[in-house]
Amino acid sequence: MICRSEGRAFGQPDPAGGGSIDGVKTWLDAWPVFRQLTGPDPLGRGRAARSRGTEAVVSRTATADRVAASVCPYCAVGCAQKVYVENERITQIEGDPDSPISRGRLCPKGSASKQLVTSPTRVTKVRYRRPYGTEWEDLDLDTAMEMIADRVLEARRKGWQEVDGPPENRHRVNRTMGVASLGGATLDNEENYLMKKLYSALGAIQIENQARI
Amino acid sequence: MTSISSASPAFTGKDPHNRLFGPLPDVTAEAGYDEDHPARVGFFTDTSVCIGCKACEVACKEWNTLPMDDSHGTRDVIGLSGMSYDNTGQLGANSWRHVAFIEQVRTVDLPMPTVGRPGDDPRGSVLNAEALTEFDPQTGQSGTDKQVRWLMSSDVCKHCTHAGCLDVCPTGALFRSEFGTVVVQGDICNGCGYCVSACPYGVINRREDDGRVFKCTMCYDRLTDGLMPACATACPTQSIQFGDLDELQARADARLATLKEQGVETARLYGRDEDDGVGGNGAFFLLLDEPEVYGLPPDPVVTTRDLPAMWKAAGKAALMIVGVAATAVFGSRRPR
Amino acid sequence: MPGLGASFGRGGATNFLEDLANSDCIVIEGSNMAECHPVGFQWVMEAKARGAKVVHIDPRFTRTSAVADLHVPLRVGTDIAFLGGLIRYVLDNDLYFREYVVAYTNAAAIVGEEFVDTEDLGGLFSGFDPETRTYDEASWSYEPSGQDSRTDDPGEAAEQERSEQHPDVKHSDRAQAAGSGGPPIPSKPHRDETLEHPRTVFQILKRHFARYTPEMVAEVCGIEPEVFEQVARWVTENSNRDRTTAWVYSVGWTQHSVGAQYIRTASILQTLLGNIGRPGGGIMALRGHASIQGSTDVPTLFNLLPGYLPMPHAMQHQTLDEYCADAAGKGGFWGNKRAYTVSLLKAWFGDAAQPENDFRFDWIPKINGDHSSYRTIADMIEGKVHGYFLVGENPTVGHPNGRMNRFGLANLDWLVVRDLQMIESATFWNESPEIETGELAPETIGTEVFFLPAASHVEKEGTFTQTQRLLQWRQKAVEPPGDARSDLWFYFHLGRILRSRLADSTDPRDQALLHMTWDYPVHGETRDPDAEAVLREINGTGPDGRALSTYVDMADDGSTSGGCWIYTGVFADEVNQAARRTPAREPGAVASEWGWAWPLNRRMLYNRASADPEGRPWSERKKYVYWDSAAGEWTGADVPDVERTKRPDYVPPEGASAQDALAGTDPFVMQGDGKAWLYAPAGLVDGPLPTHYEPVESVVENALYAQQASPTVERIEGPWNRENPSMSEVFPFQVTTYRLTEHHTAGGMSRTLPYLAELQPEFFVEVSPELAALRGLTHGDYATLVSTRTAIEAKVLVTERVRPIRLRGGQVVHQIGMPYHWAYSGLSTGDSANDLLGIALDANTHIQEDKVSTADIVPGRRPRGPELLEFVESYRRRAGVGSGRVGVNGRAPVAEGDGDDQVT
Repeated sequence: MICRSEGRAFGQPDPAGGGSIDGVKTWLDAWPVFRQLTGPDPLGRGRAARSRGTEAVVSRTATADRVAASVCPYCAVGCAQKVYVENERITQIEGDPDSPISRGRLCPKGSASKQLVTSPTRVTKVRYRRPYGTEWEDLDLDTAMEMIADRVLEARRKGWQEVDGPPENRHRVNRTMGVASLGGATLDNEENYLMKKLYSALGAIQIENQARI
Repeated sequence: MTSISSASPAFTGKDPHNRLFGPLPDVTAEAGYDEDHPARVGFFTDTSVCIGCKACEVACKEWNTLPMDDSHGTRDVIGLSGMSYDNTGQLGANSWRHVAFIEQVRTVDLPMPTVGRPGDDPRGSVLNAEALTEFDPQTGQSGTDKQVRWLMSSDVCKHCTHAGCLDVCPTGALFRSEFGTVVVQGDICNGCGYCVSACPYGVINRREDDGRVFKCTMCYDRLTDGLMPACATACPTQSIQFGDLDELQARADARLATLKEQGVETARLYGRDEDDGVGGNGAFFLLLDEPEVYGLPPDPVVTTRDLPAMWKAAGKAALMIVGVAATAVFGSRRPR
Repeated sequence: MPGLGASFGRGGATNFLEDLANSDCIVIEGSNMAECHPVGFQWVMEAKARGAKVVHIDPRFTRTSAVADLHVPLRVGTDIAFLGGLIRYVLDNDLYFREYVVAYTNAAAIVGEEFVDTEDLGGLFSGFDPETRTYDEASWSYEPSGQDSRTDDPGEAAEQERSEQHPDVKHSDRAQAAGSGGPPIPSKPHRDETLEHPRTVFQILKRHFARYTPEMVAEVCGIEPEVFEQVARWVTENSNRDRTTAWVYSVGWTQHSVGAQYIRTASILQTLLGNIGRPGGGIMALRGHASIQGSTDVPTLFNLLPGYLPMPHAMQHQTLDEYCADAAGKGGFWGNKRAYTVSLLKAWFGDAAQPENDFRFDWIPKINGDHSSYRTIADMIEGKVHGYFLVGENPTVGHPNGRMNRFGLANLDWLVVRDLQMIESATFWNESPEIETGELAPETIGTEVFFLPAASHVEKEGTFTQTQRLLQWRQKAVEPPGDARSDLWFYFHLGRILRSRLADSTDPRDQALLHMTWDYPVHGETRDPDAEAVLREINGTGPDGRALSTYVDMADDGSTSGGCWIYTGVFADEVNQAARRTPAREPGAVASEWGWAWPLNRRMLYNRASADPEGRPWSERKKYVYWDSAAGEWTGADVPDVERTKRPDYVPPEGASAQDALAGTDPFVMQGDGKAWLYAPAGLVDGPLPTHYEPVESVVENALYAQQASPTVERIEGPWNRENPSMSEVFPFQVTTYRLTEHHTAGGMSRTLPYLAELQPEFFVEVSPELAALRGLTHGDYATLVSTRTAIEAKVLVTERVRPIRLRGGQVVHQIGMPYHWAYSGLSTGDSANDLLGIALDANTHIQEDKVSTADIVPGRRPRGPELLEFVESYRRRAGVGSGRVGVNGRAPVAEGDGDDQVT
């Protein structure tokens, strides 16, 4: 017969074992050779070989603090995702089997969603490149917002048109040609709505989206 | 990476006392679990519906937090392999699912002349046409002169009934789980690598910068939470099916019958047969061509098949193996 | 999409993915569904398992072809010829669904005498003006029936019609404004229910498609007539009372110079076969991004307001009355355009919008031409645009002609990029290929760049509208990291800051900004605006302040508001209906309580057509929505796409308008006449019927007509956007671009991820063994591809999956496959496929033709640095096209010969 042991050192009692009889029994049970010789797994390939790590295995889906209902951000099939969160960190993203469309399945991109959102190369600080600059610089978010607001107003002013068209066909247009925008089609409806509303109120019309492409 | 053909002269037929070979109805009980242990689970990978999306590869890596090919996560080492759309290459310590892509083309003896067009050189004809059934109706084709077939198949650890890796592991790092699967215990493995050469499929492998061996666990942790393995959960077309092995086997038999009925003569099951060299697989396949085409050994045999016979003949050898095991125990303390 | 909009009335997929399981035959054409929509593809596999035939029509043998029953490798850019052939087959062999066609389509309508078809004008329709390269659609109209012109103000409507034909109006994309409603038609047509009158739409169709014979299809598409016959048989055998065929398309159709007409051709075919509005039928438009459909419904598009209301045009729409004139008295739900518009203005401007001030219609800026993104890029190069926002978009990689895009960005005052990763469009000033060639240098680029990190999909809440018009709400899982914020946060706070800056302004131009409603609740430390409050505003509210449950309740007196009328109902009963997640009981069933679909939660559009004119199911097998005479209402598996209690035998009374003007047998409720349009008397700028034209860059002469390419193609001229001449020996091969499963569009969301990058680690092109032999290309080695735009290098995959096409007369057409995901950043890198392409646009949609172009391919790597410029210039010279040399930052063309001095 095969005699097997495991990598843990001999003579190191389980800390939980203490010194009682029960403790000795627990300690002995924890010793694979003992298990193997006394249990129903004489070849030591199954129950007797289970390590402490194995006994402690728990699925991280089971320990999540909460599961958010989400939707895959890649193509337009709209596969439902379950987003597992533990200690405010995303620990898993997988398909939601309840979805009548996707039935819990995901493609490689959808399956890589966790990597998408936890990617170490994600940029998480504002970056700024000044005109004719050769390097990126740091910039505070609030400052950036104020600077952008300044520039929007200036570009809007520079590109403002009250009327447009050739002299014989001139019409009121009430708009600016100074500010343009191009959005991706992973924008939420609510985001698109605020964008179109704000831009229209500013008079900007060159507002476009990946949907054109 | 060894695979032994069952046609080997050493093969002596079934030995009812050999627990390392032949059919084994309850592999889990054999491994010492109580009678009320869970049913043995497995994968049935039906390659006739695989679309080669590789969701299985990614879902597996995400769940098991496997590194990129080069294990540093910065750069793919393989680059464009040139093997169709397969840039993973093979199963390994960092790839527990691997989708093979096989492009096949065959010249067709035209049953009918092409549309008579003056000046057409029949040999040089590159015109395209109706799908014929020369390959079979399960696969797309095009061309009267040439037919193209693109086979895709997601490979995985077979979770053998007789797992060579498990049988040779001297430290107990590999074990049979209560689900009947074969799993490496990372807290035990000392990286001796015996299992690597013991696997008739070349599945299990050592991770270079870590030293230990890694392979598919059939998502042991997910099973404990009542979930399916990550690959089967993601698979868009149910090419990878997970479930109780006996149910999967019945489903596979029915699927094969359906395909045969539809005239798909090339369809066959692989790893389904309990009388094969590994006692049947926990993860088995429906293929549309010879196993070799997919990079699978045609007739795998567990490398420990003849072990009992050897021991009977040589007690000294057994003692020696005990010695080896003891050495392995003392030599396996990995610094943490 | 105007192709669908002009045919059926709404620009959305007519059915839903799960319903594909009910198909008896599925034709995937212009889509590589298994690779690009793998999870949706499960329903195709489901149908196949149930016995359906699956046909993949595509120049390339892809992962979709691999599991199809039949792959038809037609020549790239010839789909209209193939589909036209099917239409002819159906008409000639009397295989159309006659009862359906007579009752539900405009087949019986009689077209005016002035209409002249392409058959008689060498490939042009009547009304073409070669100078402006536009059509006057007047001659395409129906013959008026005279007595029932329903316009309240005939003078004004006539004026509208006239201005509709002005080139400036045409360029503003009136076609796409018909995305959710048929374009205006002046009057109801005369009809001949026998379909015999020579000027009926039916007879015109027969004549128009007469030359699309199987032999012609074989010649143009490069396939055997037997293959064509096989497809025709499968499709027609599976299209009748008992059986249905579905068509699936994607950008393999839209990204052509005649893209809208591709979709029109399929619409005509599917309508003739009676497959629209029926289970297992329809036209499944597969969008490519999570919310492409949503980005068109609630548009960030220059020519649209929310809900497919057109952006007001300066020449036509100075007042609300003018804006709504085309809908006055119009049949169908577009007849309520004024109510939708007023509700939108109320949602935007609140109390400031009042009847006496025209609800502040004047505050909406006016368009007067093409202001689409490519035109805007050209304007940037000329210094006409000062600031640009890129919000989750990477045009220097994802859009054709990356070099031109980079020149555009280099001539801005400032650029704001919001993204997850440092994308190429943010680093153009120091990392782009033009740095290496000397055409760009950081020291010369004045563009100020702000990179603002964005929140990912799990770090914000909101809705995506996926491919079947379904809105699904996402919960926020965690807070975004660092400075990352949602785009909702960004625009809300930008608006807040701008409003505070201008708070004291009395300038009229600032009043819209100051008076718009902008008081959304905010949450948390970062003061994130409440997305649900925005969704509720989009839904709209009634006079009692409660959320509306249907747009039918919208009024034109200012008592209701609603930011996007087609989304009204998503917040019915004050409940976020998009957040519902009740699973379906069985696979493929109508899951009415999972999310919410526009319009009014209907999952299948035009489902009135699933019943016969009397309201009975066409067959038990294809039962879906039908009239329950006992209950006196429509019932069935889905929300009926007809007023629930409108009797099938309802006949509109004289003078009825909007939906009341449609009969109980009119399933296409957005169309003025309630019919599916086999012939589009209005709504498309390039013809009432589809016609095969060769792509702008083709190596083949048009075998069908003297007119080589579409006469209305929109071009953007400049040294940075040269066109490869057709049938040129210099650019002898066709190129087609596409996606791979393992990557996503411009790569910002995939090349940066190790698990995806390693699956497709390098840029490659796919060529046939024949082309490899012809050009000496080696599998696994580099090749260089050249066009008039630039040259790029890629690894070569030689594969039998790419097939050359031999045409009659012996011409062999070689096609090169080129996935477009790569650029210089990320874990998986390579040259950008899109750099090779030029920009030529479908005038209906301003969408570029990037599914087909031409190039040369030679072994080895491309020249580096300035040598690359000379290399490409030598090709331009040989092809006889203008120089592509440009001055500093691409600003000005440079005369031949002195280029080297100017680009430093």
